Amino acid sequence: MLLRHGAPAARILAFGGYQPANVVTNDDLAKSVDTSDEWIRSRVGIASRRIAGPDETVTDMAVAAGGKALAASGLSPADIDLVIVATCTPEVQIPNVSASAAHRLGIIAPGAYDLNAACAGFCYALANAADAVRAGTARHVLVIGAEKLSQWVDWTDRSTCIIFADGAGAAVVGPVTDPGEQPGIGPVAWGSAGSLADKISITDRDSFIVQEGQAVFRWATTELAPVARAACERAGVAPEDLDVFVPHQANLRIVEAIARRLRIGARVADDIVHAGNTSSASIPLALSRMIERDEIASGQLALLLGYGAGMCYAAQVIRVP
Amino acid sequence: MAMTEQEILAGLGEIIDEIAGVPADEVTPDKSFVDDLDIDSLSMVEIAVAAQDKFGVEIPDDELKNLKTVQDVVVFVQRSGVSA
Repeated sequence: MLLRHGAPAARILAFGGYQPANVVTNDDLAKSVDTSDEWIRSRVGIASRRIAGPDETVTDMAVAAGGKALAASGLSPADIDLVIVATCTPEVQIPNVSASAAHRLGIIAPGAYDLNAACAGFCYALANAADAVRAGTARHVLVIGAEKLSQWVDWTDRSTCIIFADGAGAAVVGPVTDPGEQPGIGPVAWGSAGSLADKISITDRDSFIVQEGQAVFRWATTELAPVARAACERAGVAPEDLDVFVPHQANLRIVEAIARRLRIGARVADDIVHAGNTSSASIPLALSRMIERDEIASGQLALLLGYGAGMCYAAQVIRVP
Repeated sequence: MAMTEQEILAGLGEIIDEIAGVPADEVTPDKSFVDDLDIDSLSMVEIAVAAQDKFGVEIPDDELKNLKTVQDVVVFVQRSGVSA
């Protein structure tokens, strides 16, 4: 039996992000539910979020973000041979988002699958992509996180409708080809806590997302800092050498609490302020926006930490493309 | 060895300073978390998690909701520490 030879290491070539045009402010929400701008800002740290149009699908957003990442990578669609879409909010179960999105992007006959690890989805997909490149089963992988949470939110429930939003983020993953070049994606530290699966759920196709906020907050502040530290250790990176920490943008209070427990001096992503919680899209969306604004530079070390329903979690250190 | 009330109070002061930005010298036994120190329920959870690290005493959510003042936490930690 012949084995393919992959790359010694994988890296991220580029990021891309997409947000729907429609901005929904806290004052907009206060018109329909009993809440206020002050309350939302203090409890979840969100000032505004983007909500997709009624006809705008998860696939539309995946294509928009994937197209930007592809363009920024300098590759052509023909160079991509695997597309992974992390999503927990597709409109339909069949067909999947990834094959349709790949087709619309002009990617010819790639391996294509959707992955549901909820808000941890992007980090799971990134790990799968890096492993495929290293194993030689793919040379270039398009990884996308895309969500339309607005269609699973009860817009009369003030505990959830203030948090969740829509958007997409993407990354192009490829091999490290220059022998002098450093690996760009560290080994993943991942896991799950299925005993807490009922803490965040959508119980059937006619219901909405519900969560036990305080239980989730306690789990996140207790269990995730060790996961983040394990990812640093596996990458051989000391936490004090990190340039930026990009946790899933669940709630600014959770983000700040985890950062405090990690005691890292690095910049901490706060994209949630103007993006809301976009589940699997939040990490690549935050990174693409920070790169666009020159807030982070090529070669810097970023710690990614995805976590959410399941409860699933995954973390890895990457080098900013 | 059980900690003294003074040691627990000092430790709690450090935690609350770090998490809620309330100067440690304002963390006195009679203070109410919500009314005097302006600490909300999420910060209380974070304080409970940090207290577990510092004192080795778990404060579950069911207990946490009954701890209204600084003294309540000191007493809880002391009692749990003694029984441990």
